Amino acid sequence: MSDRRRFLKSSAAVIGGVAVGGIKPAVAQRMDDTSGEYWSLGYEPNTPDDPRVYGQRSRYVTSLRTYNPKRTRATDDIHTPLQDIEGFVTPAPLHFNVNHGSAIPDIDPSTHKFMIHGMVDKPLVFTMEELKRFPSVSRFHFVECSYNAAPPERRYPDATVARTHGQTSCSLWTGVPLSVLLKETGIKDGATWIVAEGGEAKKRTKSIPLSKALDDAIVAWGQNGEPVRPEQGFPLRLVTPGYEGPANVKWLRRIKLGAQPWIAHADNPGHTTLRPDGKGRWFEFEMGVNSVITRPSGGQQMPGRGFHPITGLAWSGGGAITRVEVSTDGGRTWDDAQLEGPAHRFAHTRFYMPWKWQGGEAVIMSRATDEHGDVQPSLHELNQIYGVQTDYWLKIKDSRGHFNPIQPWRITAEGSITNAVWEI
Amino acid sequence: MQYGKFSLVILVTTLIINSGACAQVRTYPDLGTTPSAEQLKDWDISINVSGDELPPGSGIASQGETIYMQRCVGCHGQNLEGTSLGKPLVGGQGTLGTLTPKKTIGVYWPFATPIWDFINRSMPPNLYNIPVDPSQKLTADQVYALTAFILYKNNIIAENEVMDRETLPKVEMPNRDGFIPTNLDDVLDYRGRGCRAGTCP
Ligand code: HEC
Repeated sequence: MSDRRRFLKSSAAVIGGVAVGGIKPAVAQRMDDTSGEYWSLGYEPNTPDDPRVYGQRSRYVTSLRTYNPKRTRATDDIHTPLQDIEGFVTPAPLHFNVNHGSAIPDIDPSTHKFMIHGMVDKPLVFTMEELKRFPSVSRFHFVECSYNAAPPERRYPDATVARTHGQTSCSLWTGVPLSVLLKETGIKDGATWIVAEGGEAKKRTKSIPLSKALDDAIVAWGQNGEPVRPEQGFPLRLVTPGYEGPANVKWLRRIKLGAQPWIAHADNPGHTTLRPDGKGRWFEFEMGVNSVITRPSGGQQMPGRGFHPITGLAWSGGGAITRVEVSTDGGRTWDDAQLEGPAHRFAHTRFYMPWKWQGGEAVIMSRATDEHGDVQPSLHELNQIYGVQTDYWLKIKDSRGHFNPIQPWRITAEGSITNAVWEI
Repeated sequence: MQYGKFSLVILVTTLIINSGACAQVRTYPDLGTTPSAEQLKDWDISINVSGDELPPGSGIASQGETIYMQRCVGCHGQNLEGTSLGKPLVGGQGTLGTLTPKKTIGVYWPFATPIWDFINRSMPPNLYNIPVDPSQKLTADQVYALTAFILYKNNIIAENEVMDRETLPKVEMPNRDGFIPTNLDDVLDYRGRGCRAGTCP
């Protein structure tokens, strides 16, 4: 509630409906009361000023997104507080946010248009109203920044899970499958790629295989039951399940079909990782199978010995999570965790394991497996794939996307919890 | 008339073949409208590596330098070396395999057309959504000139080389073979090229 509202409300209560300072308190009527005045409020009922018509969380709930004020451009790199998230859905106001230096555009949905053209039989332009008349789907999918959990985020021992892994969030996205729209436009022989373009000032684009567009991409206007938030692409966002963040183009205004990728700025140099030999890996598309324990996690303090369930999130750009194992002894032994509820494809999946903390030092970590049988690598395994030693990750001055090694948390005998990814 | 009948058969056959190839049976024919030629031209700003989407126009480095000094220098620096507000547009040779790699245009970018595309769509950046004065929008000639200037400053083209829709796609970038897989047609087969668990070979 705004201070003004709080003030108006209390003054209305004290003075009993007498106008204060020139602001006339409105008079609300009970829905079933036709007799006239019933009680006085400090606001017009059923307007956006009315605190009843759009619910607020309790003032005792203080969970917030976080960002590094030194590093962050206006609206970039704002992380989800994963340690506070319940279940597997991220509330839209806590969804992580990266805008690559663009201001969030203020798009009027009544004039917004979305065009499909290029190697199609019939280019088409849709209004929002027209799009919403297509048969729609609602699906749980995570969106993850390519640089989520990259070495700089995990650099410090006191890093929280918001800092290390807070650039992934999971929403229920509602929209029309792109395949439905492409059936309307038709597809010319030889088309193999699409390029999707945003309507922000910089008009960022991303090249995406046509096969993905036809498979499961959604042209989405809904997020967790509400219109997509402006910072997430209002009024329209392309959702490419499991693909790196930039492929989930926000403020979507155009898709073009072609026979080759466009090598847009976000295709290269923006989102390519380097091999140690200097070759670039481009078009890595799928985010790797990943997981992290969110409670207990970095920066928290164990409140005391005894029962402490271990819980966290697992997800994979390869599809559904099929298994999560948890170790409480630094990776020597592993036990299967329970997966909560149905494991949706390309969605966060909550895992849970009962555990008793005996008060001693413990290193806890999780390891996910997805429907392809791909297993989240340890840092050692990733080092082998890359042909490097651990210190390479700390020394290299380059953004490292697609970095998904297991995240260990060290619980000290005193119960404080630190990031131990470089130690194990 | 023999001849007329024959051509009618051809016409009908062509129609059938065409509609077959298009599979143009719309399920929701009342949703969506056909864009006008003007709308298509206005919106279609993507430039692929073959360059066949490039508009007419041309420019050379010296023209680009003049524009650069007015519109770009504040963020990208006197010598294109970059500032805290904008990336370096030159330098970085020999760094890719080191611990301080620089993914600059001359060192890293495999094609020249994306420079044109990026300047045209994103530069100078409009950070605060200020409505753009149409006279401030870079023209195609200006974007060719700026692209020529940046390429020249990277020692990739000569000072007097004209950049246009024919010449720009033919510019050979030093790092064209610096990517795995090198061949664009091989990119699509994600698992076939050995990518797994989020990492490609
Ligand atoms: C307000 C500061 C600013 C101005 C003015 C500006 N740029 Fe930029 N430029 C940037 C920033 C910031 C980036 C990085 C953008 C990104 O990563 O999305 C950039 C990136 C670029 C790139 C891509 C470089 C790379 O390696 O990624 C090119 C090319 C470029 N600018 C050209 C220009 C030209 C030409 C002009 C003048 C017409 C210009 N810029 C004006 C800030 C600026």
